[in-house]
Amino acid sequence: MTTEKPMRLVFGEMLTELGEEFPELVVLDADVSSSTQTKLFGQKYPERFFNFGIAEANMVSAAAGMSTCGLIPVTSTFAFLLTLRAGDPIRSLIAYNKLNVKLAGGYAGLSDFADGASHQAIMDISVMRAMPNMTVLVPSDIETTRGAVRAMLKHNGPVYLRLSRDNVGSYHNGNETFEIGKANILRDGKDVTLAVSGALLPFVLEAAQELEKDGIEAAVLEFPTIKPMDNETLVAFAKKTGAVVSIEEHTILGGLGGAIAESLSENCPTKLKRLGLIDTFGESGTYSELLDRYGLNTKHIVNAAKKIIR
Amino acid sequence: MSKIEILQRKAQELRITIINMIHKAGSGHSGGSLSSSEILTVLYEDVMNIRPNEPLWEDRDRFVLSKGHGAPALYAILAQKGFFNSDNLNTLRQLDSCLQGHPCMFKLPGIEMSTGSLGMGISVGVGMALAAQLHKRNNRVFVLCGDGELQEGQNWEAMISAAKWKLDNLVIIIDRNHVQLDGTEEQVMPMGDLNAKLKSFIPNLFTCDGHDVKALLDTFQRALNSKGPSVIVAETVKGKGVSFMEGQSAWHGKTISKEEYILAIKELEEGLK
Repeated sequence: MTTEKPMRLVFGEMLTELGEEFPELVVLDADVSSSTQTKLFGQKYPERFFNFGIAEANMVSAAAGMSTCGLIPVTSTFAFLLTLRAGDPIRSLIAYNKLNVKLAGGYAGLSDFADGASHQAIMDISVMRAMPNMTVLVPSDIETTRGAVRAMLKHNGPVYLRLSRDNVGSYHNGNETFEIGKANILRDGKDVTLAVSGALLPFVLEAAQELEKDGIEAAVLEFPTIKPMDNETLVAFAKKTGAVVSIEEHTILGGLGGAIAESLSENCPTKLKRLGLIDTFGESGTYSELLDRYGLNTKHIVNAAKKIIR
Repeated sequence: MSKIEILQRKAQELRITIINMIHKAGSGHSGGSLSSSEILTVLYEDVMNIRPNEPLWEDRDRFVLSKGHGAPALYAILAQKGFFNSDNLNTLRQLDSCLQGHPCMFKLPGIEMSTGSLGMGISVGVGMALAAQLHKRNNRVFVLCGDGELQEGQNWEAMISAAKWKLDNLVIIIDRNHVQLDGTEEQVMPMGDLNAKLKSFIPNLFTCDGHDVKALLDTFQRALNSKGPSVIVAETVKGKGVSFMEGQSAWHGKTISKEEYILAIKELEEGLK
């Protein structure tokens, strides 16, 4: 465990770093660039930065137009606004036409904890997953965020990048390699598989250590890509451990847990427990209070793992 | 024949193609296709810099049909310009056709953006115009909107952004036919003094008779010579050229019967004389 940094800052810095390598990269924000940190790119490349004001649908549609002229637009705002307020243009223009537009949804999950339910994106993954042609990336730490930004710019086609507001650490030993569609095996184990996407990763790693104390060998699979799903790795670990727990800051309907349920029921029926928001909205509180309330911290992950292998 | 007479005739011929296509397809939007016939004819035959045999030419002018249901009119003019073989016009709305019910950019050359969900075209045009600015290209961007479509709030978001970035190369055309699916605009959702509203967003506002080819040619030149984005309100008649369709919301998207088809074609052919 090294230094921590807000994921949004890692994102803003990485975009700025890549400005030279990707001359057609332009960044669009909707009056939240000081929050999402795309302002950093705007400071370095003012002519390639466009603040659309509080008008997400217009921003995303303009990005569609830009992409047909060779630009690589990264559109950025809060995840709930991006995926829902601008949901129709994302569907009708970007996904349908497979346009090379990147959709960076910030402040996702419960990471905008104090602002409450109005600002917490808990169904963004389900919505984006349902769109044909869409790739869905959910980084967890500094390395995967940096890797995901580079990978999405290299990828030709629409990508949804889900970002957290809050501090993240470093769990990949400095390795920023990011292969779209590939799960990371962060810990091997034979008794239960803990499958996670996003910033809850440290809780999952901690839970695996706790379980070890009780003689339970938990594997930790990280899915930085939710779509396309790495079915091969998932099925291999489902077969090996016979039980899977999915953990995400998202409704259990249609996100990582939903994707895993779909895959396993068709490819390798396996006992599964989905941890996440159970068809409910969030609320205001501290981040740790909310994670406890919605059953997403270490204690709850340990309990879920023990229960499923019982 | 003068240039004006030739264009006026082409616009009327386009109407015949449109009615043939929609009748063959068994469905489609007659009213809004007929109202934009002169606008499209003037744009594609005179105003726009395009290369039908090189549809992806980088410096081409862009056209976005924000009112995507007017697809038959766009298909007719693209075929006439040679973007694709006009035999395809008989396949409108059929399985595997490149002529989808609403324009699809990856199935047909010449379509700059797939449309159909209303209210997004100006935004798309803003993006294209910004790209041209950034790339220091001189191409222009034309967006054709319906007037009913302006009830979608996104249009107004797009117009404030066009003004912010002073998009000289953007021309918005409103096909002002006053009629939408459920009735007249007055009945469904009155837009009030639409021109005043538009002018407060885009000061370069021009109005003209949208069925008068000469007026359209002049107005496009004035719009293109003005600084900043411009908007042209082209006063039109929904269903123009077919008397029983004119001004009737029922003909927004109604199937044309055999009898109606014969009457429509007869009237349109008479209009050619």
